[in-house]
Amino acid sequence: MIGNYPLHLMILVLLWGYIYTSWSLMGRLGLVSFGHGAFMGIGAYTVVMLWNHFGWSPWAGALAALAFAAAVAILIGYPCFRFRIVGHYFALVTLALSEVARLVIVALRDQTGGSLGATPNSALHGGATAAPGALQFSDKQVWFWIVLAFWLAGLWVWRAVDRSMARLALQAISEEEEAAASIGIHVARAKLRITLISALMTCAGGVLYAQYQLYVNPDTVSGIGISLQMVFGAIAGGMFVMLGPTVGAAFTLLLAEGLRLAFGNRYPALDSTLYGAMLVLFIIYMPKGILGAALEALRARTARPIAPRKSSGMPSA
Amino acid sequence: MLKVEQLTKSFGGFTAVSNVSFEVAEGEILGLIGPNGSGKSTVFNLIAGALKPSAGSVRFRGAEIGSHPAYRVAHAGIARTYQIPRPFRKLSLLENVALAAFYGANERINRQKAFSLASESLQLVNLPTEESARVEGLGAAGLKKLELARALATQPKLLLADESLGGLDHSEMDSAADLLASIRARRGITVVWVEHIMGVLMRVVDRCIVLDHGEVIAQGKPAAVARDPKVIEVYLGTDADAFSY
Repeated sequence: MIGNYPLHLMILVLLWGYIYTSWSLMGRLGLVSFGHGAFMGIGAYTVVMLWNHFGWSPWAGALAALAFAAAVAILIGYPCFRFRIVGHYFALVTLALSEVARLVIVALRDQTGGSLGATPNSALHGGATAAPGALQFSDKQVWFWIVLAFWLAGLWVWRAVDRSMARLALQAISEEEEAAASIGIHVARAKLRITLISALMTCAGGVLYAQYQLYVNPDTVSGIGISLQMVFGAIAGGMFVMLGPTVGAAFTLLLAEGLRLAFGNRYPALDSTLYGAMLVLFIIYMPKGILGAALEALRARTARPIAPRKSSGMPSA
Repeated sequence: MLKVEQLTKSFGGFTAVSNVSFEVAEGEILGLIGPNGSGKSTVFNLIAGALKPSAGSVRFRGAEIGSHPAYRVAHAGIARTYQIPRPFRKLSLLENVALAAFYGANERINRQKAFSLASESLQLVNLPTEESARVEGLGAAGLKKLELARALATQPKLLLADESLGGLDHSEMDSAADLLASIRARRGITVVWVEHIMGVLMRVVDRCIVLDHGEVIAQGKPAAVARDPKVIEVYLGTDADAFSY
């Protein structure tokens, strides 16, 4: 039996790995969103608010959260894609979105608890360890399996997208939008589709995060900080390879835990500051991320000695 | 097949295309010529849906397409190439063209079919069909061919070829012109061909339309157009080399 702390870290790596994977679905295809914190926040807060104020089961709450996230994704995405807001401008619009989500949560403090956060009412009465209807489990092992399932499903989606014509179309769009339209690609629809998939998966991640931690806070599930963390994690790990975002999740978690152990809570925004600085360094010096660069180095090293035998080589991204 | 009527496009106070009307018959190769800045490419962009007309209409096989977005024009059966090639550099040649086959077709086809159509299109223009063939390393002529292969893969009924000869040397120009002629002969595709160099084009086209300052100043058989004093004046006034090549 594995200890609680290592299990906790594994759950977090898988959960954030799943969320970063969801982000990278669109991030790797030229749709760099700084607004995914909004979708995560919608997932986390919708479920907790509906449960605390209206007694909705998180299962029903999750459906409501997904519908809400879809509506927001369309509301933001459609005008952007219709009017060709791309690149830096798209990043700016989404950056605003993530901050708006955080500010709304803070402003509705009577319902949401504001910046103090909120705790879902406990359904674990009289020593019960599991309340499936309320999606509350005190046993971390249960959460491990749940999160593992989502992580695997996320990887499956990543791979399905990677092998689809839609991925090629989005890559074409990211390079030459007008030429892509001229060969019959409905540009706005293609972008909206991948945005919806990515946003809904991230929203589900928010639901899981809230129910696992049993605590939500506007700063830890929404806002610029968490959005930047997703961008950083996916890029640092390597957004062009399937397991890259998960490597990024392990990396950011180790970094955050390391900083916490070293400095405690003395410098609360230290991790965000560091993410920002390191993001710049990664984009300049290691744009393919840790895993992407490692695979490339490995390929280069194995290719030379085995070359005459014509090896099958490493599977490429 | 294509009927353009009173087509007009203004950018602010500047009228790039003014009351342009012409028709394209099924199976013909029509040359659209004129000096630089005469509005040829704007006419193309208006037909292809990349720009919206300020006034006038574009009818294709009986249906109005003037206000359709580019992807719908493509589905209707009109393909275009770009004067300055716009390849998808991160994709292989085969993927470039397969995308056009997959998304340009009016009906849904599967991935495998798209790649086999792409392979055919690449063969038609003499580009490599291996999966490993990339855009990088293609010269001016190769990029022009890729533009053509990509356009043809959408299975068009009408091809709008924008300056397929620009940047090519003489022998490349000849083979590009032959290629356009053979596309019509082998696939029955109607072609509208924009060019500001007249020489090679005159050999291949059935009919010519000459634009200057956004207006049609002459149209007819190539030989007649080339003798037209207005056309000679326009060309001699701007680019005396345009007749020769």
